[in-house]
Amino acid sequence: MSAMIEIRGLKKYFGPIRAVEDVSFDVARGEVLGFLGPNGAGKSTTMKMITGFLAPSAGTARVCGFDVEADPIEAKKRIGYLPEGAPAYPDMTAASFLDFVAAIRGFDGAERAKRVAKAVERTQLADILNQPIDTLSKGFKRRVGLAQALLHEPEVLILDEPTDGLDPNQKHEVRSLIRSMAAEKAIVISTHILEEVDAICSRAVVIARGRVLADGTPESYEKRSRWHHAVSFVVPTADIGRLRSALAAHPDVGDFERTDGEGGLAMLTAMPKAGKPMLAELGTLARGTGIRIDEIREERGRLDEVFRNITTGPVSAGGTN
Amino acid sequence: MRNVIHIFRRELGGYFATPVAYVFLVIFLVMASTFTFYLGNFFERGQADLQSFFTFHPWLYLFLIPAIAMRLWSEERRQGTIELFLTLPVSVGEAVVGKFLAAWAFVGIALALTFPLWITVNLLGKPDNGVILAGYAGSLMMSAGYLAIGACVSAITKSQVIAFVVAAAVCFAFTVSGSPLVLAFFAGWAPAGMVDTIARFSFLTHFNAITRGVIDARDIIYFASLVAFFLFANAAVVETKKAG
Repeated sequence: MSAMIEIRGLKKYFGPIRAVEDVSFDVARGEVLGFLGPNGAGKSTTMKMITGFLAPSAGTARVCGFDVEADPIEAKKRIGYLPEGAPAYPDMTAASFLDFVAAIRGFDGAERAKRVAKAVERTQLADILNQPIDTLSKGFKRRVGLAQALLHEPEVLILDEPTDGLDPNQKHEVRSLIRSMAAEKAIVISTHILEEVDAICSRAVVIARGRVLADGTPESYEKRSRWHHAVSFVVPTADIGRLRSALAAHPDVGDFERTDGEGGLAMLTAMPKAGKPMLAELGTLARGTGIRIDEIREERGRLDEVFRNITTGPVSAGGTN
Repeated sequence: MRNVIHIFRRELGGYFATPVAYVFLVIFLVMASTFTFYLGNFFERGQADLQSFFTFHPWLYLFLIPAIAMRLWSEERRQGTIELFLTLPVSVGEAVVGKFLAAWAFVGIALALTFPLWITVNLLGKPDNGVILAGYAGSLMMSAGYLAIGACVSAITKSQVIAFVVAAAVCFAFTVSGSPLVLAFFAGWAPAGMVDTIARFSFLTHFNAITRGVIDARDIIYFASLVAFFLFANAAVVETKKAG
């Protein structure tokens, strides 16, 4: 399957400011690409170039085979775009705004009404359709922006921080919506919320200072974490020392990290040396000590730590858990 | 073309969605009438025409039209909606023309609402309605000129205040270049050809010609090319902003 979005050597300079230095990646149908990076990394600028709002200083962006610069109308027809902050005409009602976008998207009469109704249903906007957009809450505004991006069933969706400012329930709804569309589209979402990557992305690109620093599946990022395959035990505080010496016998165990909890309990985490699974063996070792174990679990990688390491260089993780 | 229609509808609806449209219409009508009756001595002149009404249009447009035009692009930029608008499958040309036509239609509505004056003058006497019609046509053409300048300036900045002030200044230059004040200043030393050229660039010169009832192709071409030039510049500004 050829890529729906092909980005090659994209650069954007604003005078002396190098907003995007050199960004290349592909997105295929069925992929949800998380575009990660600290604020000011160039995420939004890159998205603006893919959608044809900004012209790149160098490089090309192709959407469904159409060069965004050379063939902007054809490319834009195939893109649904939610710009950062979900801008919409404040004086219009949600209904007339969606009707306008549907009209520009080339739908007429009954087809237009049908498209708008479907988008309204998917984003659950029915209750506020006749309110002016500037009276809407942030969550509804964001959903109006999403409805606008979805209504022509685009092959490519570019969503700039789609869940920013939403409450947990709304976040959940938006994520389910994105997941439900993932199979037949190529989707790019930008975010700085790491849990989002875990929740919906099949792939994540980390960008900082205008450059792509990493590109892989969420699992591949977890593997980079020193917490990957670490095993945590919750035991009575008094037994921590004994458990620690028992576990230290395992050849793959490197460091330990200890966190004191409530009710005389503490957590001891055995960090892996070799990056191999060791849950079963450590479990056996621990049980052999006869200590009362309240909980055992294998840690997943910590994305926030990996993200920090990638974007700022190595950072020493604190001894907390 | 169909995109132009959709953009046109949205923009025109945009004027009426806020009090802006009604405030503008009321002020335009009040001022137009005040000028006509008090400054223009409509009754004292004792002539059945609308000369005293049309004479003040350039000066009325000078600050009212930039007020209409200032929001066309600045507002989109300030609200961030321009990012949405320009990533829809519309060409910059369609966007520029759609917005311009909507603002022009709005001016047309304002102008049409002055019809009681036309009724009044017909009740009081027997005016030459052809001349009055020419006056309206000329006024509409001139407003297109002011609007195109305003729209172009509006695309440059996201501040509506700056858009207004700069557009009013440019419009002022285009207006007064034909006034006796400016022409007399040049007439003393500049060659007659140059004075003539300056006068020809003025809205006043062309507008006055039309309100006398003579619709000359040259006046129409003047306004049409002026509008075309500034709309072209408008599109160029929008494209340039895209390059950052």
